[in-house]
Amino acid sequence: MRRPLAPLLFVAIGVLPLLPVPNFWITLGDYIGIAGIIGIGLVVLTGFGGMTSFAQATFMGFGAYATALLSTRYGVSPWLTLPVSLAVAGMLALAIGAVTLRLSGHYLALGTLAWAVSFYYVFANLDLLGRNDGISGIPPLRLFGHALIDSRAYFYPVWIGVALCVWLTGNLLNSRAGRAIRALRGGTRAAASFGVNLTATRMLAFTYAAVLAGFAGWLYAHMQRSVNPTPFGLNASIEYLLMVVIGGAASVWGALLGAGLVTVVNDQLQDLLPRLLGSAGSYETVVFGALLVISLQAAPDGLWRYIGRARPAKRTIAATALLPARDLPEPGAPILTATGLRKLFGGLVAVDGLDLALAGREIVALIGPNGAGKSTSFDLLTGVARPSAGTLRLLGHTLPHPSPQVVARLGLARTFQHVRLVPGMSVLENVALGAHLRGRASPAAALLRLDRAEESRLFAEAARQLARTGLLEHADRPADTLALGQQRIVEIARALCLDPALILLDEPAAGLRAPEKQALATLLRQLRDEGHTVLLVEHDMGFVMGLADRIVVMEHGHKIAEGPPDAIRRDPAVIASYLGAAA
Amino acid sequence: MDADIALILLQDGIVNGAVYAILALSLVLVFAVTRVILIPMGELVAFGGLTDAALQAGRVPGSLLLLGGLAAAACLAGAVQDRRVGASLLLETVALPGVVAAATLLLAPAHPGPVLAALLSVAIVAPMAAYLYRIAFEPLARASVLVLLIASVGVHLALNGLGLVFFGPEGFRAAGFSAARFLVGGLLVPGQALWIVGLSVLTMAGLALFFARTLTGKALRATAINRLGARLVGISTALAGRTAFALAGLIGATSGVLIVPLTTLYYDSGFLIGLKGFVAAIIAGLASYPVAAGAALLVGCVESFSSFYASAFKEVIVFTIIIPVLLWRSLRSPAEEEE
Repeated sequence: MRRPLAPLLFVAIGVLPLLPVPNFWITLGDYIGIAGIIGIGLVVLTGFGGMTSFAQATFMGFGAYATALLSTRYGVSPWLTLPVSLAVAGMLALAIGAVTLRLSGHYLALGTLAWAVSFYYVFANLDLLGRNDGISGIPPLRLFGHALIDSRAYFYPVWIGVALCVWLTGNLLNSRAGRAIRALRGGTRAAASFGVNLTATRMLAFTYAAVLAGFAGWLYAHMQRSVNPTPFGLNASIEYLLMVVIGGAASVWGALLGAGLVTVVNDQLQDLLPRLLGSAGSYETVVFGALLVISLQAAPDGLWRYIGRARPAKRTIAATALLPARDLPEPGAPILTATGLRKLFGGLVAVDGLDLALAGREIVALIGPNGAGKSTSFDLLTGVARPSAGTLRLLGHTLPHPSPQVVARLGLARTFQHVRLVPGMSVLENVALGAHLRGRASPAAALLRLDRAEESRLFAEAARQLARTGLLEHADRPADTLALGQQRIVEIARALCLDPALILLDEPAAGLRAPEKQALATLLRQLRDEGHTVLLVEHDMGFVMGLADRIVVMEHGHKIAEGPPDAIRRDPAVIASYLGAAA
Repeated sequence: MDADIALILLQDGIVNGAVYAILALSLVLVFAVTRVILIPMGELVAFGGLTDAALQAGRVPGSLLLLGGLAAAACLAGAVQDRRVGASLLLETVALPGVVAAATLLLAPAHPGPVLAALLSVAIVAPMAAYLYRIAFEPLARASVLVLLIASVGVHLALNGLGLVFFGPEGFRAAGFSAARFLVGGLLVPGQALWIVGLSVLTMAGLALFFARTLTGKALRATAINRLGARLVGISTALAGRTAFALAGLIGATSGVLIVPLTTLYYDSGFLIGLKGFVAAIIAGLASYPVAAGAALLVGCVESFSSFYASAFKEVIVFTIIIPVLLWRSLRSPAEEEE
């Protein structure tokens, strides 16, 4: 949805209670709003973060019970219990997340499933929480001495809450932390190599979704003015997920659409099905279960896609102060020194004692036949794999435990053999992901738009690097719509955004046409002349021979030759093992 | 607590654990072969037990209609998927349920005994799982684990509702294979408990033989290890998926038949039983069969002891076991990438 439409939509929703709409529909609107808030949280978690939770109703329950307990037993004003409800839901998410978020995605889903069942029994068996009867007599919200009791009056707190969540979520997703969350889906390796802490980012998305659910629970408790375990059980959680799947997980509007559809259909089915089929079964669960499966099969992206297309936001680049940049090393200064690097996979020695030294402002190529250990060496140098033995020094630092994040922080940027751009994000946003470590705005600042000055500096830098690589005109296009050759260049622009001293390129010429290769070679020479050191792993001999200052040849995990291209071309060991007689 | 109570609880734990063990094995099997986390396992258990109870009572079980409906849907889904109606599809979705239905209609009024009723129940419920694979999961075969999991939860929800439709809200029990009781060292062991432990050990042995000795078993293992590689050597991953689901249906229905003499089953009792199989499967990392079986025994014992000490919270306590296990796994392995 284009931005000017959103306020209009909320104004239109806001006048609904003033029109002669029957109370029944206004009440349904209240429920839709509350479900929508939970759905918006799931959009961040599932739609953008690629994780899912079957415990959103449980988090809602924590928010609801927290305010129910405090306001009935201790007479605390509902407005004061709001932060408590949010905090309780958030802390529970932190605890569950700490146990499961480092594991692959389905453990989180299974963990939350087990917890959704567990906490249902906890709610239903604790005397403090009124067991199965729950807690009743919860005070209503009061505004200027006026109790918000009927559904028309309550419509406003609910939908102001929805509008607030839409605004906050938009702010979060369009920030440095938000780009990291969006990279969790399909771009985790790239995100890690630009210094994104994946576990913390997953935790952020999970906690954010839980806090929104806690907020929904608080709203629910003061609307119903009583709570019991049923609406916080597993089936309710599944229903929230269904809403997001049906509406579309890639947009907050999809979540609201899904919340509206499922709430209305549920209400109608509960009325209609028993009349058609008799009152023996809970037919709506059958319908919902089937709907969930069918929509995953038929419209996996949800219905919102057919109404409003999600287009990456256009950015206007302000001429702001540049980000501080490092002083690039002098020619010949030591950049990276690997000594005796060794990597074993079980009994297989993939890299056997590799020595490699890179100096300032040179282009070095690492070549070798398939299985020579190039890719493993690349992984060792970029911190993706841990060496079995040997030492790695990068820009004056010895790295006992190299990781992608550590080498990124020291000034090593990389590209990927199989392009890893985040689909759905614009070219410019993808490039800005490279500057992740050069910003420091917290997610909290992002939520409140306190990060805008830093954001405009990050985007100015991204635009500058795109211009440097000649792709500025494509800045606002979705990254996955570019040709492969252009996507490789976007990866280089993203690498440059890190402000690197050293750039590692993994087969940058693979799949490029001849003119594209030439343009790439020109770009890499230009980068060297501007002060960067470049190491490339490459198959294309012609490309390497004309470009590299120095070539390192590997075979069977060993370095068999090293020197300028002319010497390599004449080296008998290289000719024998790799180039063959024809070269 | 004295030693006698401890022994009784331990016996309960082992009997339940044996059932969780075969459930956990089939969950690991289904996940390895199809990447589906089979949440509806529990429904298969409940349907198996309830069908058994209905048959022993001389009634035609409601699940027969469900079988017919699922078979029809699977036939349709298969025809759409393959763009033709082949003989094997008709055999699977028309002839097989037809034979099962005829046998049931013929035998049910005669109050079949426990063994015959059990066999019929398994024949009614086991094919459902294979049909579910055709209907819900085959069209999603390329989807991510997460999408498959959401679909799986959808299937669970639908089956749960259908369970209420076809079996009603009442709970049922049935007679076991053996009403005998044996006095072993001061402990009264019911014959049914021996049947349960014996059959679950047999099932495990059978599975081990199936995977080690038969071509289909080897094809399933190959699919689990490398789907693309399996396809390249001519293994149909769709067929492997259906086989895995059918095995899961077989084991689920068998478990239901085994436990319905011990505890009253309701249409929705299966979910918690299946979830305990999951706890064991998760402890095994959804990968190791022996660890899953061992973990299932642990789950059974934790359950029986916690139902003695804090019965209201026994489910909570059982599900809490996975916390330390997940924590240990997460500290041991570096952050996993799934791309």
